Amino acid sequence: MSDKFENHDVNAGHTENEQHIVSPKVYLAIFGALVFFTALTVGASFIEMGPWNPVVAIAIAVVKATLVVLFFMHIKYSSKLMKLTVGAGVFTFLILVGMSLSDYFTRAWGQW
Amino acid sequence: MSDSHAVATTADAVHHEHPSYQRHHFVSMEQQNETVSFGMWLFLLTEIMFFGGLFTAYLIYRNWYYPAFVAASHTLNIVEGTANTGVLITSSFTMAMGVWCAETKRHKGLVWSLIATLILGLGFLGIKADEYHEKYVLHHIPGTSFSAQAFVHPSEEALKAGEKPIAPDMAAKTEVYFSLYFAMTGMHALHMIIGIVLLSGMLVKAWRGGYMNGHIAFVENFGLYWHFVDIVWIFLFPLLYLISRHQ
Amino acid sequence: MSTIVSLPDQATARIPKRNYITNENGILSWLLTGDHKRIAMLYLISITFFFFIGGALAGLIRLELLTPQSDLMAADTYNKVFTMHGVVMIFLFLVPSVPATLGNFLIPIMIGAKDLAFPKINLLSWYLYLAGGAMTLTAMITGGVDTGWTFTTPMSTHFSNTNVITTGLAIFIAGFSSIFTGLNFIVTIHRMRAPGMTWFKLPLFCWAHYAASILMVLGTPVLAITLVLVVLERTIGIGVFDPTKGGDPILFQHLFWFYSHPAVYIMILPGMGVISEVISTFARKRVFGYTAVAFSSVAIAVFGFFVWAHHMFIMGVSNYAVLVFSLLTMLVAVPSAIKIFNWAFTLYKGSITFETPMLYAFGFMGLFTIGGLTGVFLGSSGTDIHLTETYFIVAHFHFVMVGGMLMAFLSGVHFWWPKMTGRMYPEKISQLAAVVTFIGFNFTFFPQFLLGMLGMPRRYAAYPPEFQVLNVFSTAGASILGVGYLLPMIYLIWSLKYGEVAGNNPWQATGLEWQIQSPPLTENFTTIPVVTQDVYDYEWLERQKEHEVTHVG
Repeated sequence: MSDKFENHDVNAGHTENEQHIVSPKVYLAIFGALVFFTALTVGASFIEMGPWNPVVAIAIAVVKATLVVLFFMHIKYSSKLMKLTVGAGVFTFLILVGMSLSDYFTRAWGQW
Repeated sequence: MSDSHAVATTADAVHHEHPSYQRHHFVSMEQQNETVSFGMWLFLLTEIMFFGGLFTAYLIYRNWYYPAFVAASHTLNIVEGTANTGVLITSSFTMAMGVWCAETKRHKGLVWSLIATLILGLGFLGIKADEYHEKYVLHHIPGTSFSAQAFVHPSEEALKAGEKPIAPDMAAKTEVYFSLYFAMTGMHALHMIIGIVLLSGMLVKAWRGGYMNGHIAFVENFGLYWHFVDIVWIFLFPLLYLISRHQ
Repeated sequence: MSTIVSLPDQATARIPKRNYITNENGILSWLLTGDHKRIAMLYLISITFFFFIGGALAGLIRLELLTPQSDLMAADTYNKVFTMHGVVMIFLFLVPSVPATLGNFLIPIMIGAKDLAFPKINLLSWYLYLAGGAMTLTAMITGGVDTGWTFTTPMSTHFSNTNVITTGLAIFIAGFSSIFTGLNFIVTIHRMRAPGMTWFKLPLFCWAHYAASILMVLGTPVLAITLVLVVLERTIGIGVFDPTKGGDPILFQHLFWFYSHPAVYIMILPGMGVISEVISTFARKRVFGYTAVAFSSVAIAVFGFFVWAHHMFIMGVSNYAVLVFSLLTMLVAVPSAIKIFNWAFTLYKGSITFETPMLYAFGFMGLFTIGGLTGVFLGSSGTDIHLTETYFIVAHFHFVMVGGMLMAFLSGVHFWWPKMTGRMYPEKISQLAAVVTFIGFNFTFFPQFLLGMLGMPRRYAAYPPEFQVLNVFSTAGASILGVGYLLPMIYLIWSLKYGEVAGNNPWQATGLEWQIQSPPLTENFTTIPVVTQDVYDYEWLERQKEHEVTHVG
């Protein structure tokens, strides 16, 4: 988005995943982590944690998803625009879920 | 007035040597690749919102009918569910390896990675089909054949395993759970099928030596799609299968 | 009256021989084109077709409402007529109108690119639109739908005996048309700008489309899944919205309005983009507060996602939700108001002339303001309880959509007509049409505010006799409005053969699209421009004219 005149399009030239090749070692490590967290979440579901069960389950799922997005989908090595794009999607999803749920959770509140 | 009102320093870009697979409205392959990748991500955003509606419905009804959701979730086979999760995670790994092979021009590696991903994908669908069949047998498919009787009067083994009978009106709500179960896993499976079809086409092309000239955008962007489908399952699994297995 | 129109000498001027229309011949070269300009024209023809279908349905509504009894058609038929009117007008006309025609045509040119990022997806988008449109027509002809365009459950899932499934699937398909258009625009604006074309040199038309595209991409999929759920419920009875099975009909409304509220911003933002361009050109002034207008467009898009339940105040949502959504709705009015103020300040001390696009723009400013202000009354939950589901709502959304959006569309079509076709439309009759439209519009819809306040419900074929006078006024206005819309059809087509040759820049406007020939070349530019001038830089334009070299492409 700069003002300078270049020989090519102003918007090109940011480091994208083409420039940075992620090594298989990283993929293997992430794969291992994902397997670990899967085992963890299954195990956690057998432990009585009251209201924290779903919280733990979702939290682990979020961690796993984040690992996939950052490393398998290369977002860690992508431009700010790509990171912002993913963030925008997650944000809008949270608005849909959160604000809809806020109606349901408050239906029994008071009679005012 | 002239067509171009200022000095056009990029006039040369049009006449540069460019690969045959560069489209005419792009100035460079770099621009083309970044653009296509961005487009793929935006498409994935639409998928996030598409599934979002189903997740919203699920969370609301789980809150309303928690006992029914627990009981219904217990009828899912946790072994198959966990296996499927493992299968998909592995397929994501093999797909990522496939992209690496394409990036580093490893022909055999790419072909094997894609074959592995394909087999794992088919494996997922196979396990799913078995699960769906079980649901059919147990009358858990919503609609005219649905029956909640097994929740009102659990069988001997179920009682021994810790299941308690549920009041008929709450038991009827297991149909809501199964509706969402089939809607969510069904929609996910549909995306898997589409992915497998695309993957097969890509595998054929790779087998014939494709994707070794640096033009690997299709492989990369398919990888994004495949990982996304994996992520959907990463959330579906705990929400559908792991509702308080401790009870 | 003074005018800024500057045409080449008609005795010698010719339409450039090589342009995007003459470049290739044959029907397949149009049906399989990747050229964004050809796709835009294909869209223009298709949406005009659907507009007149929707308009005919509107005519039927107004005819029925001439009398208090349901005498022209049975109540069930009337339900089908207003449902189809809504479905066709919203999904097949308003949503694609400016983006798919003017947006498609102009955005690549405005940013200095040769085409959109994904030309094939652009073409696919048009075919999906046609498929959705064809399915909708099929549903209409084979019995129609009577649920209202809002498909409210449980009517749509259980009690309606009409073509809900066909229409639902039709809109599902048309939705993807919209998604792909939005996706294309976002990527194009980010990635394909010419050297020197920074974000803050983009015409506000582009900013507006960028904001609308974000809504298209993020909002439409939720409509898609909602329609899928309705279809599943109707076919196999999954019960997700069915109270007898434990479902909640309000859930449908949450999911439906999560899209449909941003949808109204999808519809209006591109129109606002047109207005920015037109007002600047016909006041010969840079848009006042460019940055504020640009950011307001994005703010409308973002805030537009937070307010959907204001369509549900009386439906059974919690009081807390009513409070929060009502408050947020007040907030979303602010960026729209900022734009109106900025356009007004653009006019202040400008050199204003009254060509047709500007007449429509003035109409927009007045009518959209009224429509928008009445939206504030509706956003306030207390007043909404009285006014909702009455004709006040109908008047409100017609003021913003017809008085606002449709006027903006006509403004844009007239403004860029010379660029798209190489010909000028006839000015006098078009000004007349604009005035007739304005008068007809006010006669049609202003009485509906009064009817709503007096308590006439919407979607009723029969009404108490005391409401008849205002209804007759409204129908009379509708007939005038119809004339106002028919006239452009006639003279625009006439102008294709007999209109004056426009030349590159008949309005002496800024913007890259006015620096190239009319109609443009297929590749838009012979060499990619490097942008040095500011946006809306009329001084730069003056200097350019001094070293002008005329040549025809």
